[in-house]
Amino acid sequence: MSAWLEGHPGLPRLLAGLDDSGAPMTLAQHAAVHGTLPPVHPHELIEAVQASGLRGRGGADFPTARKLQAVAGRRGVSAVVVNGSETEPASQKDRLLLSRLPHLVLDGAVLAADAVGAREVIVQIGDAARGSLDALQGAVAMRPDDPVSVQIVTAPQGYVAGEESAVVNYLNRGVLLPTFVPPRPFERGYRGRPTLIQNPETLAQVALVARFGERWYRELGTATDPGSALVTVSGAVEVPGVYELAFGTRLDDLLEAAGGPTESLRALLVGGYFGTWVDADVAHALRLAREDLRGVGAALGSGVIIALGQSSCGLHESARVIDYLAGQSVRQCGPCTHGLRAIADSTGALASGTAQAGEHERLLRWAAEVRGRGACHHPDGAARFVVSALNVFAPEIESHRRGGCTSAPAGFPVA
Amino acid sequence: MSERLRVNAIACEGHGQCAELLPELIRLDDWGYPIIEHPEVPRELSAHARRAVAACPTLALLLERSDRSGA
Repeated sequence: MSAWLEGHPGLPRLLAGLDDSGAPMTLAQHAAVHGTLPPVHPHELIEAVQASGLRGRGGADFPTARKLQAVAGRRGVSAVVVNGSETEPASQKDRLLLSRLPHLVLDGAVLAADAVGAREVIVQIGDAARGSLDALQGAVAMRPDDPVSVQIVTAPQGYVAGEESAVVNYLNRGVLLPTFVPPRPFERGYRGRPTLIQNPETLAQVALVARFGERWYRELGTATDPGSALVTVSGAVEVPGVYELAFGTRLDDLLEAAGGPTESLRALLVGGYFGTWVDADVAHALRLAREDLRGVGAALGSGVIIALGQSSCGLHESARVIDYLAGQSVRQCGPCTHGLRAIADSTGALASGTAQAGEHERLLRWAAEVRGRGACHHPDGAARFVVSALNVFAPEIESHRRGGCTSAPAGFPVA
Repeated sequence: MSERLRVNAIACEGHGQCAELLPELIRLDDWGYPIIEHPEVPRELSAHARRAVAACPTLALLLERSDRSGA
């Protein structure tokens, strides 16, 4: 399912023209919906992106213009990589864009390439998005006049596989593991070139900013979080799927657009597995904008929202997720290899009622200690997740001291 | 111009020499891997920091000039 928040003025943007056919939009259909791509000078594009306030939609939330500037400012020929890894198990939005609206992403990639002085675009997708491959290849074939060459690469799946240095490492050496930085990709990336790595949604937004300008872009959203965004809603809602919303939309309205909750909610996981649990009592009034989310220690990240019903046990689901994250460590760095495993086992003990005295405190200490101590941010994200689980599910931890849990499994995706 | 300690977490194998030679700034976690408690190296510990860097068997401990690291 994919839709936009109906009745919201100004929507849809990215999802405009998307029908129920399941087929990728052709170049002619794409041009009919959005118009042809106007010629944009590299400086103009970077300035427009800067004025729009667009930030990366892959999870790191980094200002897109700063990334463009960093690569544009380097000497020599650079490269653009579209990071379609979408390694977050509950996220669907990037493969929706790549499989249904590939020209929007390719427009953005071509514009970005021009802006940073690149002649090559590499689109890297994960195995789970293999279904996008035909659509992408078909779309590239429809664009013989693009001033850059576009190459599509598929990579194995893995939670850490989407990390920027891992993407570059895979393209250069076929090794899907993060590397020690610096050098960062903007300094030395694909084939040693300064490399811009962007998420597909970010590039799709760039394609719209180039056409309609920064003022138009800012007509939706809040002052600090302008524009629209794609979110993937799953869990205890009637119609899970990808939804386009304006930043600042109330979480309640998003759940309503997804058909409403299937039962009374206990909590919501905001931002995916590197994200933050928010108690349902707090969440219902929350607006999906940076300033509101920061107040509850959350961020939208890659746009994943999972609703947990009262009939499920958040502690049990969190233990499963952290066990998955520990298993996804690529075991290059000691604190991640050993720390996440210990954190996962300890969380499992809390959930099964077999925790020893001091387990909770030890778990919090480990979570604090692993932060910032990996070559990539895997331990940081996992630690953030587990700390928020311990906070929000404190009552469950208390009740589980007297034995395991009998709640219905919510079945969070852990593969 | 000050100096900062950093660990190449991929190269580090947890030998623990650094914490032995520079306990003022480095301690070990429960698995023997270093936690840099204070990355900024005070001038009076500069020589000790250099010794710890040189002693690391996997060259994983780095001393960086902090005016460059934020670039």
